[in-house]
Amino acid sequence: MTRKRRRLMMLGLCALGIGTATALTLTAFQDNLVFFRSPSDIAREAPRDGRAFRLGGLVEAGSLTRETAADGRPAARFRVTDGPHTITVTYAGVLPDLFREGQGVVALGRLTPDGGFRASEVLARHDETYMPPEVADALRRSGHWNPSQGAAPPAATWNTAPRSTRAGG
Amino acid sequence: MIPELGHFALALACAIALFQTVVPIWGAQRGAARAMALAPALATAQLIAVAAGFGALIWSFVVNDTTVSAVVANSHSAKPLLYKISGAWGNHEGSMVLWVLILALCGGAVAGFGRNLPSALQARVIGVLGAIAVGFHAFILLTSNPFDRVWPPAAEGQGLNPVLQDPGLAFHPPLLYLGYVGYAVTFAFAIAALLEGRVDAAWGRWVRPWSLAAWSFLTLGIALGSWWAYYELGWGGFWFWDPVENASLLPWLAGAALLHSAIVVEKREALKTWTVLLAILAFAMSLLGTFLVRSGVLNSVHAFANDPARGLFILVLLMIYVGGAFALFGWRAGRLAPIGIFAPVSREGALVLNNLLLCSILAVVLVGTLYPMFADILMGARISVGPPFFNSATAPLALPLVAAMAVGPMLPWKRAGLFGALQRLWWAMAAALAVALIALLLTGSPVWPAIGFGAAIWVVAGAAADILDRSGAFRTTARNAFNRARNLPRGAWGAALAHAGLGVTIAGMAGMGLATDTLVALRPGERARLAGYEWRLESVRDVAGPNWSARRATVTVRDAGATVTVLEPERRSFPVARMTTTEAAIHTNIFRDLYAVLGEERDGAAVLRLHHNPLAPWIWLGALVMAAGGALSLSDRRARVAAPAPKGATQTV
Repeated sequence: MTRKRRRLMMLGLCALGIGTATALTLTAFQDNLVFFRSPSDIAREAPRDGRAFRLGGLVEAGSLTRETAADGRPAARFRVTDGPHTITVTYAGVLPDLFREGQGVVALGRLTPDGGFRASEVLARHDETYMPPEVADALRRSGHWNPSQGAAPPAATWNTAPRSTRAGG
Repeated sequence: MIPELGHFALALACAIALFQTVVPIWGAQRGAARAMALAPALATAQLIAVAAGFGALIWSFVVNDTTVSAVVANSHSAKPLLYKISGAWGNHEGSMVLWVLILALCGGAVAGFGRNLPSALQARVIGVLGAIAVGFHAFILLTSNPFDRVWPPAAEGQGLNPVLQDPGLAFHPPLLYLGYVGYAVTFAFAIAALLEGRVDAAWGRWVRPWSLAAWSFLTLGIALGSWWAYYELGWGGFWFWDPVENASLLPWLAGAALLHSAIVVEKREALKTWTVLLAILAFAMSLLGTFLVRSGVLNSVHAFANDPARGLFILVLLMIYVGGAFALFGWRAGRLAPIGIFAPVSREGALVLNNLLLCSILAVVLVGTLYPMFADILMGARISVGPPFFNSATAPLALPLVAAMAVGPMLPWKRAGLFGALQRLWWAMAAALAVALIALLLTGSPVWPAIGFGAAIWVVAGAAADILDRSGAFRTTARNAFNRARNLPRGAWGAALAHAGLGVTIAGMAGMGLATDTLVALRPGERARLAGYEWRLESVRDVAGPNWSARRATVTVRDAGATVTVLEPERRSFPVARMTTTEAAIHTNIFRDLYAVLGEERDGAAVLRLHHNPLAPWIWLGALVMAAGGALSLSDRRARVAAPAPKGATQTV
């Protein structure tokens, strides 16, 4: 086999590999991208496709209640807020160690027909001072918190606090 | 005083690294033998200086010097000694010092073991390692000084994050960094080859052991991290496709490709340009991993120090080193003329296929990991890419890779017949198909675990077939074959062992595909059933540890009336860090794990999450076998005795 043919074949193989990888990536993207939404995003435009998404915000102080789900599994119910809007989340599972009322949380799940959110996963971080970037961003967009001015105000005041800055996009 | 000395030692190391960059490379370009001869001495000097700095840092943590800010932020006098020491690298600043220490160790090793390298090559390699060290020393000194003082001294440290207080995590970073930084050496060899304009078998013979060592350490480091996540985080899984996990997987994939293509360079002097490119890519992925973990640009459950200034600094370093390397590659790669010619179906062809598939997986994981960042910057969209994406995009690429893994080693170099190789593998194929079918019949619907079991058998049997074939087990007497097997080069045994190790890991993953779990709220005396076992909650009580207090549940697991084990999951609370952690209780018999996590308590009932994980330990066992295969291959005589420099490789270039 000549060098030229060999080189052509190598190029062809590489193209095949890259093509396959691209095709696989694109098909997998189509079904598996998970969008992030804050309670205000949902209030503005409820997601219609019924796909799972990530909901983020602060856990409203005093909102956590324990209950038993219909199938007998222990469940938790709490409210997630970004200031102007609030959504009730139900979760059947062990809440992570760093789950706290008044702190940031990100939950993966779907909307229920009654407008609540059923979480299949609740994420909290290794570090208690860590604010998930999406949550920080959602809070900033709802106009309740400017991170450059220090830590977030206590979550109990969120639904009543005056807006410190103009609500952005 | 000691912290100031440590700071001075690091500054000194930075200055030495600058010399180490300039003098040997200048010497090699000009053919100045005395300048080149300085390289090993400079590398050793840098190693001593960095070791002194690292020693000072460890000392500050051990004596709990609360005037040092890194100690105040990450240590506490009530902490056990092991975690005081591991706390030194359990934070951003300290882990960077560990990073440069390992880099200096690599430089020292090239200086020490590389005496029979052509001196120009050795000088250039040490020079490039010095250039990398300069950047990271500057990073430490300018943005992350571990010896910053606080005044007045704090009364007490804030303690190490409790989830990091664990033996598994004490050794996870050093192993991982040995892998990451090990690729700095293969990178340096690649750059040296480009500067020199020459890649030959001797070069391949030097690059191979380094990439093998780095890959073995990286395998161990990743396995340890995954094992830690499994038992410490209490989520019951072993891999979450988290960006930080992916950051360690990317160099592993590139490194595995490099490992295989370096064989072709060594044996056949082909694929030279490609191997140089892979060596650059592997280190680029290591740096990218460092950047992703440190900068906080990606949303990860393992958030490290999130400082944009630091992220920017590493990004600039990344662009200088990797951008520079690619520019040099584009300019000089044309000089690396290939010699060996091979047919598509041959050992070389199989290794090319391996590289192609590994790089495709690498591309998919890279895109999935970075996409959220680009979506955020370019479209302002908050998107995350989860495990379903990675599973469905990598599995179709991993499957042909695994299929080719058993066939490749059976093919001779240059030209081969595929049919002959498959003929010698017919029993492995039959065993794999049989196991897959049995698994499908026994477990019912899920098809992936059955495919996984079949693939695992195929890989392990393929590795066995390779050894049997090389020792001539089917062509000669058993005694003769045994003797021949014993005298096979260790490299052959190492490769078979590493391949078999991957098979074991695949079996473990397939087993985890059949894992079951349940969530129950039990009062003492009540029971739950899972996977044929009866789990009975006996009691929940308070216990105290050195720096924590805990609630501990006692769960008795029975199988048909006979007690299997007593599990004691805990919820620990660390008053200093104001944190609680879950301590999962695990009982393993190698074939399955019984796994219990204690959740919160409510009206006298404790919430328990119970898992039954078939074959889970095999995942990490397989990684251990892979690393053992790497070590065995490293102990091969050929790896220790460097090839003699070919004619024409004179001292001057």
